[in-house]
Amino acid sequence: MPPHPKTWLCVTPAGLFCEPGGFHIDPQRPVDRAVITHGHSDHARPGHERVLATAETLAVMRERMAPGQAGQSQQPLRYGEVLHVNGVRLWLRPAGHVLGSAQVCLEWQGSRAVISGDYKRRPDPTCAPFELECCDVFVTEATFALPVFHHPPAELEIARLLRSVRLFPERTHVIGCYALGKAQRLIALLRQAGWDAPIPLHGALMRLCRLYQELGVDLGELVPATVQGRERFAGAIVLAPPSEIGERWARRLSDPLPCLASGWMRVRQRARQGGVELPLIISDHADWPELLSTCAEVEAGEVWVTHGREDALIHALGMRGIKGRALHLVGMGEEGEEDE
Amino acid sequence: MSVPAFAELLEGLVFSPGRNAKIALMRQWFATQGDPDRGIGLAALAGELVFRTAKPAMMRELIAERTDPALFAISYDYVGDLAETIALMWPADVRSNRPPLSLTEVVETLETAPKTALPQIIAGWLDALDPGSRLALIKLVTGGLRVGASARLAKTALADWAKVDVGEIEEVWHGVAPPYRPLFAWLEGQGLRPDPRGLPVFRPLMLAHPLEEKDFAVLHAPDWRAEWKWDGIRVQLTAGPGGARIWSRSGEDVSGAFPDILAAMTFHGVADGELLVVRDGEVAPFSDLQQRLNRKVVTQKMLRDHPAAVRLYDLLFDGEEDLRALPFDIRRARLEAWFARERPERMDLSPLIPFASMEELAEIRAGARAASIEGLMLKRGDSIYSPGRIKGPWWKWKRNPLSVDAVLMYAQRGHGKRSSFYSDYTFGLWRAQGDDMELVPIGKAYSGYTDEELLWLDKWIRNHTTNRFGPVREVERGLVLEVEFDAAQYSNRHKSGVALRFPRIARIRRDKPAEEADRLETLVALIAGSPAAAAG
Repeated sequence: MPPHPKTWLCVTPAGLFCEPGGFHIDPQRPVDRAVITHGHSDHARPGHERVLATAETLAVMRERMAPGQAGQSQQPLRYGEVLHVNGVRLWLRPAGHVLGSAQVCLEWQGSRAVISGDYKRRPDPTCAPFELECCDVFVTEATFALPVFHHPPAELEIARLLRSVRLFPERTHVIGCYALGKAQRLIALLRQAGWDAPIPLHGALMRLCRLYQELGVDLGELVPATVQGRERFAGAIVLAPPSEIGERWARRLSDPLPCLASGWMRVRQRARQGGVELPLIISDHADWPELLSTCAEVEAGEVWVTHGREDALIHALGMRGIKGRALHLVGMGEEGEEDE
Repeated sequence: MSVPAFAELLEGLVFSPGRNAKIALMRQWFATQGDPDRGIGLAALAGELVFRTAKPAMMRELIAERTDPALFAISYDYVGDLAETIALMWPADVRSNRPPLSLTEVVETLETAPKTALPQIIAGWLDALDPGSRLALIKLVTGGLRVGASARLAKTALADWAKVDVGEIEEVWHGVAPPYRPLFAWLEGQGLRPDPRGLPVFRPLMLAHPLEEKDFAVLHAPDWRAEWKWDGIRVQLTAGPGGARIWSRSGEDVSGAFPDILAAMTFHGVADGELLVVRDGEVAPFSDLQQRLNRKVVTQKMLRDHPAAVRLYDLLFDGEEDLRALPFDIRRARLEAWFARERPERMDLSPLIPFASMEELAEIRAGARAASIEGLMLKRGDSIYSPGRIKGPWWKWKRNPLSVDAVLMYAQRGHGKRSSFYSDYTFGLWRAQGDDMELVPIGKAYSGYTDEELLWLDKWIRNHTTNRFGPVREVERGLVLEVEFDAAQYSNRHKSGVALRFPRIARIRRDKPAEEADRLETLVALIAGSPAAAAG
């Protein structure tokens, strides 16, 4: 009888800890050994001694963190490649969330747990698609774990955006989006929809877009929207961090039309906060049906919920005969900034 | 036109704060939709499509049959709006591949289907729609549709699309009904102008420009007639065999709120005047009139305590005869004769003010202190009644504004183009509080400043914030603003006990220390009829 994962995978103040392996997964405070699912700041914290992640995630961490903060030593691991750590088998599967995002798969004495990090099931031209790994315990996020969250196909939302650009050709459409993942996915979706104009970017988005390009993701022509030339970008689609779309930076644009790309845009009241005029429901997280179907497909007897709206998800899993457990991990998904 | 396309239009209107953006969205709608759907859409935009066929309780039952109660409760708690929660949680029927539901089908079905069949019909519709369309449909069938645009703006967009003056549409509007086929046919040059004969319709009003010094200098007294500018609401009274209506300045039907006036409209004609609350021949403050506005139910007490009256100043139609092409002097004579003949209850004539020279008129204006008077109206004796705001024939000559030096207390972000600026300001005056002085807010203003001043204020506010409450910032008590306003009135709805009419920022008093701003007593003394004012 293999040991239950709760006997070897536990919650510590720093986060999830694999005891026999001696490492944490996405720890919230500096630790000796950390396995990182992806580069968003609520998962990848600075200051660990040794860091293991995909090469892309390590590159993102180096780009975002101060020198020396992305781990004293970094160990890249390819998807599917198996590592043995003190008798624990460890491998990574794509999570489909952002470039380099991975599910951490662990096996100890025949008992298997998958820590999915953040994930989505929809196609994303900027990262590898989610791969299913069956397990005894599946550790899931619950960012959009309410039955009201059904993300529409992203292509339809892009089509809506382009209709608005045609209707208001003299205005600048400014889309608020997060710097890692969402910005690059939006650009790639725009390119797929035939938008081949140069895309001006707020300065805060440029470095990670450049990194994506260096890692082989085609984003077309990107130009800085921080130029001193006071160009007004009439008719352009400009990307910026969400906090900037209604701020002073946007004033010089041509009658800017503030848009926000996020799964939260599904709910009107959320969308109306902050003066958004065109809400775009585009998310890098699983929506409600995807959370439920994923939890069923991995065939795990037990699902642990790291962060988000665990009450609804655990209730719904219970109705499906799956045991749910809330981990209440502190620090995850709380900042909003990387939350979606 | 399909329900999803309509839902997208509504969504766009709700989220776009700008007038031009709303017009562009609606224009696009008229340009791309066919009959009868575009007309039904227009009716919805103009607020003339109201169903209350489905009760919220019925919608609750429908969703209860389809969802787990605990999950519904958690979701409703999160979303906060019943219709939206249902729209978002409704399980989509993926097998459904019927053609998109048309707005016409919805409207026709709601009008004809037996009540018992409705739950099944509505459920069938919801199965085949996306969440955004479900929300629009639920709001429509339960009578909770919020359009995010006024009827006037919808007509403006329609005029913009058809390239006609909006006045042309107003003149026929109340003679046509959804789905407005004759209206669209006429606008597209494929039919005759709809004839509103007999039915009460709104005639666009003639408006006045503010008089400035340079305009005043060239006025020749004998050409002009003067009246008081009453502080009420401009209305048009239309009555005849086809019925009676009271229209607001923008053509909204406000008859429902003023049954007392409506009952007095036994004449046949169209008159222009000022709606006021009048007690024992005295015009009450504007705030009294406000009590009467936007009421669905007018109680007997309200009618008794806030009796409405109309002070007439023009006659547009005498019976069926259109007087608008006649000069003002002739219309005035016709108005007086008509009034002597009809003697309508609750109405009187706005008197003409005799004057020999413009200097004398300026003195009359300066001497007017009653709160019910905003200033003077000047009308050329030979001016015909032409709709819209044309410069020259009519002037409004407001009293010199009052002003106080107030301290900026809070600032709030504006909307649309101003959403990155702190452009709405709450200001206060000093009041003794024991041995100390405290600031009490007296009002809020979001106009009067120049673009440069707005930039400066925005920066000052960001650098002197002491507290933040959502979109509102509390600032250091360190900036004095000269606030202009037309009148001050007692008010028990304000902490200070005083309310301002049309407050605006006249100047930023960077030179003045906050402690030297005005005291509340100074403002109270400016209230017409206050003991302090009498003493002063």
